[in-house]
Amino acid sequence: MAEQACEVQLSIGSQFENIELVQSVLEESLESLDFDDDSRYWIGIAVREAVANAIKHGNLEDPRVAVAVEVRIADGAFGGRALEIRVRDHGTGFDPGKVGDPRDPANLLKPAGRGIFYMKRFMDDIEYNFGPEGGTVVTLRKRLGTRG
Amino acid sequence: MKATIRERDGVSIIELKGKITIGVGDVAFRETVHKALETGAKKLVVNLGEVTTIDSSGIGELVAAFTTVSNRGGKLRLCKIPPKVDDILQITQLIQVFDIHDDEDEAIAAFTA
Repeated sequence: MAEQACEVQLSIGSQFENIELVQSVLEESLESLDFDDDSRYWIGIAVREAVANAIKHGNLEDPRVAVAVEVRIADGAFGGRALEIRVRDHGTGFDPGKVGDPRDPANLLKPAGRGIFYMKRFMDDIEYNFGPEGGTVVTLRKRLGTRG
Repeated sequence: MKATIRERDGVSIIELKGKITIGVGDVAFRETVHKALETGAKKLVVNLGEVTTIDSSGIGELVAAFTTVSNRGGKLRLCKIPPKVDDILQITQLIQVFDIHDDEDEAIAAFTA
């Protein structure tokens, strides 16, 4: 399948129901890209987690505060091309290094703390950047051209 | 997301359909479990056969339901797990936590085994 240019920018209010809108736009963006059905599904889950974190922990579920989502193709990532999704919130940030492994026996029965783990598992790379004046940007990348 | 509860052979069957995701499905599931517990249910089976999507919040609610029921001296079993839900439970090693059965009959029979 030919890969076409894909660049989408979306801004949503911080309400969980808006995750469905992001999911819908993302699915449309992925249609022209060479991912198999499983990859599309798991990319969708990873993005849901990123947006949910931005709404809940970043913007504290304030519907007046926006979460920005950007979907693009990044040239040069992994020595080739990659799908790149950026999710930006207006929160105070956090230390990703302090997020525990949910598989640790001490964490196994905790009701929360699995979102970032799933993102890492379903994408090839995730990166956090924190703005000097606040705000967190999580960038999720998935290699293109690895189908099959 | 739709959560329904029914009784079969003294077991409360919670049937989930659609998305168990943050803000909607996870809350509906939690409320359904609490409703069952308020009636004194000690034997619960969660039928996930019609679940299309689950995220970390949905998984978190399954874990919370498991611990809540266990802490009250009850037992919660899962059945008819779709492949994608199975994958997500495997990845976080929760597959070893839950009692998982192919279908409702098997899950119900396990209470008397």
